[in-house]
Amino acid sequence: MKEIHVTKVEEAVKNLCMQAACYLGEDVEGLLKKGLQKEESEFGQYIIQQILDNVELSRTESIAMCQDTGVAVIFVELGQDVHIVGGSFQDAINEGVRRGYQDGYLRKSVVDDPVFKRKNTGDNTPAVIHIDVVQGERLKIMVVPKGAGSENMGALKMLKPAEGLEGVKKFVVKTVMEAGGNPCPPIIVGVGIGGTMEKAAILAKKALTRKAGQHHKDSNYEKLECDLLEEINHLGIGPQGLGGKVTALAVHIEACPTHMATLPVAVNLNCHASRHAEIILFG
Amino acid sequence: MGEIKKVSTAYMQEIFSKLKIGDKVEITGVIYTGRDAAHKRFVQALDEGKSLPIDLKGQIIYYVGPCPAKPGKVIGPCGPTTSGRMDLYTPRLLDMGMKGMIGKGARSQEVIDSIKKNKSVYFAAIGGTAAIIADSVKRAEVVAYPDLGPEAIYRLEVKDFPCIVAIDSEGNDLYKVGVERYKEKV
Repeated sequence: MKEIHVTKVEEAVKNLCMQAACYLGEDVEGLLKKGLQKEESEFGQYIIQQILDNVELSRTESIAMCQDTGVAVIFVELGQDVHIVGGSFQDAINEGVRRGYQDGYLRKSVVDDPVFKRKNTGDNTPAVIHIDVVQGERLKIMVVPKGAGSENMGALKMLKPAEGLEGVKKFVVKTVMEAGGNPCPPIIVGVGIGGTMEKAAILAKKALTRKAGQHHKDSNYEKLECDLLEEINHLGIGPQGLGGKVTALAVHIEACPTHMATLPVAVNLNCHASRHAEIILFG
Repeated sequence: MGEIKKVSTAYMQEIFSKLKIGDKVEITGVIYTGRDAAHKRFVQALDEGKSLPIDLKGQIIYYVGPCPAKPGKVIGPCGPTTSGRMDLYTPRLLDMGMKGMIGKGARSQEVIDSIKKNKSVYFAAIGGTAAIIADSVKRAEVVAYPDLGPEAIYRLEVKDFPCIVAIDSEGNDLYKVGVERYKEKV
């Protein structure tokens, strides 16, 4: 049994929040550069170049690349042989978020009640936390700040099994088409298929945390990712929705077993500022 | 795409009728910020027969909720937010004399019709280029609703704020025209 103190968790989350907001990963930046070569629209090229310049500027000045520094979504893989000591694990994560958003000059976007008060909590807490217990004695924490512009354009549908592959494709493409310029294309398309309603939604979000452009290991899903990307980039939406060939940089699919009578499909879109930062802590 | 047109907020009346969709512009002058919560308060005030905390007549509203400013900075990163969420409120504000809008994403047909009727213009700023845009802000002060935090209304003095004309005063819509141009049959 390895012990990890909550202060270590807090510090890690704080740093990851700031890192994710200010430094875009090389994976996404690489796809943007490829997109610049592919884009035929003059506006599209101009927009992607501005985005790349912005990535550089935010990195140099250590400031947020986008003012919507999002809700802090936290994926945790907690080794079953790890013992968290010194206080509450969830409180430590939220304290890390609070300090990261404060010290990093990041925007606080969380409101306390979704329907009635909608009062800003002032420190961007609470985070949305997903914890998986896994084998081993390490703790992996991934911070995925998620902005509302793209989050608002996601969708979930419980398809009939008879709708099959074509049904899945149709729903994903329709979701991207209806989203248009709102999710800040070029986007990354996260797709979760199978499980139950909530499982599909979490898989779609998790798909966005994969290294951008990396394909599913299963060749069927890899092909589906390629086919969907091609179809999406034929829609004409283009960078920022002003027309062009580069609407999406990548499609990432995660799939899992499901009930014989169901085919859940969730689509979670991410803007070009596809931010995620992770760390592995050992006891 | 052509050359960049300079737009001064002091001469919008004259310039707006000459702007066409797809024009690249740089806006200089005074603009005001306002997004979801501020728009809701505007409309509540109007419904109650009260006056607004700022005079919208002849002004440009920028849909944005900035990050806090780092020490020594005028403002934090401040890119546009999705304009469509303001669509319900916009025609009423345009009818009151609001002159233009800066945001990102397509607008409803009601907003497009109102832009045409009121000879307004909707500018698209590039979503997610918040650090670059912050550099074009030379002064920023909160002038209303400070309790709303990032959603408070700021008066901004901007210089060469880069935008694209997305909907012009004749109601032409770059979001439709641009996508049609690049759409392919599969």
